[in-house]
Amino acid sequence: MLAPSSARYAAALGDDALVLAQRLCEWATRAPAIEEDVALMNVALDLLGQARALLSYAGELEGAGRTEDDLAFLRDEGDFRNCQLVELPNGDFATTMARQLLFSAYQYELYTALSASRDERISAVAAKAVKEVTYHRQHAAGWVVRLGDGTDESHARAQAALEAVWPFAGELFEPAADADLVQKGIACDPAALRPPWISYVTSVLAEATLEIPTTTWAPTGGRHGLHTEAFGYLLAEMQHLHRAHPGATW
Amino acid sequence: MALSPDGSSAAPWPLWEVFVRPKRGLSHTHAGSLHAPDAALALQNARDLFTRRQEGVSIWVVRSSDITASSPDEKEPFFDPAGDKVYRHPTFYDIPPEAGHL
Repeated sequence: MLAPSSARYAAALGDDALVLAQRLCEWATRAPAIEEDVALMNVALDLLGQARALLSYAGELEGAGRTEDDLAFLRDEGDFRNCQLVELPNGDFATTMARQLLFSAYQYELYTALSASRDERISAVAAKAVKEVTYHRQHAAGWVVRLGDGTDESHARAQAALEAVWPFAGELFEPAADADLVQKGIACDPAALRPPWISYVTSVLAEATLEIPTTTWAPTGGRHGLHTEAFGYLLAEMQHLHRAHPGATW
Repeated sequence: MALSPDGSSAAPWPLWEVFVRPKRGLSHTHAGSLHAPDAALALQNARDLFTRRQEGVSIWVVRSSDITASSPDEKEPFFDPAGDKVYRHPTFYDIPPEAGHL
């Protein structure tokens, strides 16, 4: 496990971005249109940039000489601290867009809050990332509205997509950092992000004529290294090259 | 061409022409075209396709079908008559030195 707690926090934020970037890359050449293919890869690339900055910083904070690559490619499943939402399989396009909406709306509130972090590195990453995720949120919201308020088929699939990913959003608002980091003003309290998040998501879903799911099932554990079955396969694909050819470069 | 999930071809998205105003440019110039279901997404796609490298500060999109273009068949009657009218170019004036570089 990464230490100190600040390294764990940077890694948790970085892992969220890294894992979602990897998932989104699975859409390459498979998106509904080539324009959308490029749009999704742009989002993935933004996330990868955030991941690199945060994981590099986590490695520095740890002080054991581990680089961003070491953390991304040489940790095992139980050492990843990303939330489970980002590792969920892409499903159909509606599912990916529902996940994008919930996650980018969270990241928007997160990075807005972290722009005021007392940790200069965290605040610098957040200030840059907030512009990126503002666009990610807009992109996802646009699609959720179009799919939800589209045809009978697209509405049904968008609602089903929302039902599938919604339970995993609860974990976003659980503590990702030790309490002392929040007290020091380095991390933010995720619970405080929930009211603005729910207000934004509710307004988008209303426009999309979609119902907020009423499920009470609340899966959790990602921040403690507990992941879904799908995550091991994602890591295998992401890490196999680096593990088979350690230190390989272009 | 957009494909529906079962692989059959759905109604294709309409074509849009994209105009981008470069940072130092004064007017929008044609950058290319793309497919999108509506204007808002056309703008979004244009952002992703044509301003990835900070090429622009403003984007216009217009449905290709809304553009009325001159026909290639009419090229000669449209443009050739201007060919021998060199006096339409402002090249016959002596610029006084006081005017400096225009």
